Amino acid sequence: MADTTVPAPSFAFADAFDRVRRSSEYVVIPLLALLASAVLFSLFLLALGKNPVDFYSLVWRGGFGTSFSWQNTLVRASPLILAGLCVAIPARLGMVVIGGEGALVLGGFAAAVTAIPMVGWSPAPLTLVMMAISAMAVGGLWIGFVGYLRHYRGINETISSLLLSYIAISILNFFVEGALRDPSDPNKPSTMPIGPETMIGPMPGTSVHWGLAAGIVACVAVWVLMNRTTFGFAARITGGNVRAAMAQGLPVGRLVLVSTALAGALVGLAGFFEVAAIHGKANASLIAGYGFTGILVSFLARHNPLAIIPVAIFLGGIDAAGGLVQRRMELPDATVLVLQGLMFVVLLVSETLYGRFAIFKSKGA
Amino acid sequence: MFKRPFDRRTFLKGTGAGALALGSGLLTRPAHAAGLTIGILYVGPRDDFGWNQAHAVAAAALKQVPDVTVVEEENVPETVAVAQSMESMISLDGAKLIFATSFGYYNPFMVDMAKKYPDVEFRHAAPLWTEADPKNAGSYFGQLDQAHYIDGVAAGLCTKSNKLGFVAAKPIGTVLRNINSFALGVRAVNPAATVQVIFTGEWSMPVREAEAANALVDAGCDVLTCHVDGPKVVIETAEGRGVKSCGHNASQAPLAPKGFITGAEYKWETIYKDYAAKLAAGEALPNFIGGGFDKDFVQNTPYGAGATPEAIAAADAARAGVTAGKPIFVGPIKKQDGSVLVAEGASLDNYAPELNATDYLIEGVVGSIT
Repeated sequence: MADTTVPAPSFAFADAFDRVRRSSEYVVIPLLALLASAVLFSLFLLALGKNPVDFYSLVWRGGFGTSFSWQNTLVRASPLILAGLCVAIPARLGMVVIGGEGALVLGGFAAAVTAIPMVGWSPAPLTLVMMAISAMAVGGLWIGFVGYLRHYRGINETISSLLLSYIAISILNFFVEGALRDPSDPNKPSTMPIGPETMIGPMPGTSVHWGLAAGIVACVAVWVLMNRTTFGFAARITGGNVRAAMAQGLPVGRLVLVSTALAGALVGLAGFFEVAAIHGKANASLIAGYGFTGILVSFLARHNPLAIIPVAIFLGGIDAAGGLVQRRMELPDATVLVLQGLMFVVLLVSETLYGRFAIFKSKGA
Repeated sequence: MFKRPFDRRTFLKGTGAGALALGSGLLTRPAHAAGLTIGILYVGPRDDFGWNQAHAVAAAALKQVPDVTVVEEENVPETVAVAQSMESMISLDGAKLIFATSFGYYNPFMVDMAKKYPDVEFRHAAPLWTEADPKNAGSYFGQLDQAHYIDGVAAGLCTKSNKLGFVAAKPIGTVLRNINSFALGVRAVNPAATVQVIFTGEWSMPVREAEAANALVDAGCDVLTCHVDGPKVVIETAEGRGVKSCGHNASQAPLAPKGFITGAEYKWETIYKDYAAKLAAGEALPNFIGGGFDKDFVQNTPYGAGATPEAIAAADAARAGVTAGKPIFVGPIKKQDGSVLVAEGASLDNYAPELNATDYLIEGVVGSIT
């Protein structure tokens, strides 16, 4: 009745404003949670007799304060973006896959194994493409197998992916310390090097490798896939209620397989970049825990592919600053882990706050 | 349930305080100390009773040198993280000398950084530098097998069962050489004794190290030693089972007040102080140095309660000999497969290059590489 007198343009404006108001909830609550964890962590520092102001200014300086710090941060964030996607994609289907580490390690290993026989005769771009394809294929098969076990054999994907990680790491160690070991390096078992001519250089003007760009492109692509395609729509329905999705006739099995394979392919690609841009060979240094940090990234980003980018950069920055904090404040390395743990717990607790603040509710509702 | 609207005042206060904290922090940046800043990177914790602690002890000694500032970073993995940490030490702390103490830091990370920062000196704790590498990079290392030989001499006189146990990480050159030297020390004073080896397959795998130590004691060994990153578990297990022990890398004496005999320790302090003095005097740093007792690069842990008087006397005499250049590998020595390593009457110099490529165990060592 009274509503009908409102002119149309201002109605549209109010609608847009309402949308911003509602979506700002997903920004403000995590920021508040981060602030709360920072306050808690300050108390922890005070208990240790250290000055929190020093700590946060060092985190700023070490992670974001100089152009070097930014590059340091972005280098560390690069593998975390792709590792985060490995958790975020299956999460849309309601699956908690925590075994990205294994797919990353095997992807890197597959990349090195593909490159070694090609060194010397194949042009570098061809070698790199073949490396990337095999890394993504192996990673995709590995996590896709988790999806297969989940859908067709009813095996919990969290447990199976974690256990498969240990198998993946053992496979790497088995070959690197045995049949594929470079005999010229007696003390650090590694595969033969892929050679400097094959390796990917940094992005122009920076020391950051191309894995960062690949990660950002992948995040955008996955966001489009999940939010603007029928595939993504079906995947989200499946995540909401598997039985309803089946009753609707959605191809749940195929959705699960494709999503897990995609997740594994992307984290396998992170392994490819580790080998092609950083190590130049496969060895135990691939087992760096990026796959596990990716779990944290994805949960902090609430499994939103676009939010993964800033979250990974944020965690990369804290990681980059960790060294400076150790050096200047003489705090143990574990200090930064305490901060990360606090943030994780507070963010999980903050999940319960969604929908409780009237300010984020649309006026019409 | 919150019925009230979100409290804006609290939010504003919080962000305001946060911004203020950040702002004031930026104004109070720590000033760089004058003189030489040295950065040291460790792959594990500084108090691991092992490899990292040996370096951290030397770093602490280096901090006592006037005009030297030492910045340390622990738990730096052998990934791009170490390159970033080195660069951070250089660009944010002004470090002019970097000690990279873990094997996997060298190639490509330290070599790349040395190319990128030609006016900074980089030194790495393993004999890896070659003429092809940058001139501002280099290697330093201690020949720890000499100290393991002395451990063996002392341990060989402390055993009653004539069985000694060795918990080893991976069957690579340096580890095999330490086992062989330990066994040579044991059998130099006690030819009837054997050394039983168990490989855990990992540099740091505390559960398997404990299992291996227990298995060796169950098999009748009454002295244990090890070559793993952190010997804490092996030494504590030995003490708990009531057998004697010899240490590795750093001092584990406090862990075994009853059964500790002695240990093979690095003395990085000698090298670190020498580098600092050379830089202070404006001299060039050597690219490649290595040595044992002769250069004071290795040492034995002070004798513990487990060492008998005759073991102490024999070990002291053996150390004086090795320091003076007396060879450890004196023939006849056979490999496990029966082939001759050193013929009767012959010997190998303690720095013989072929020993760097040790890929065998000698007779008297029980256990296989594969």
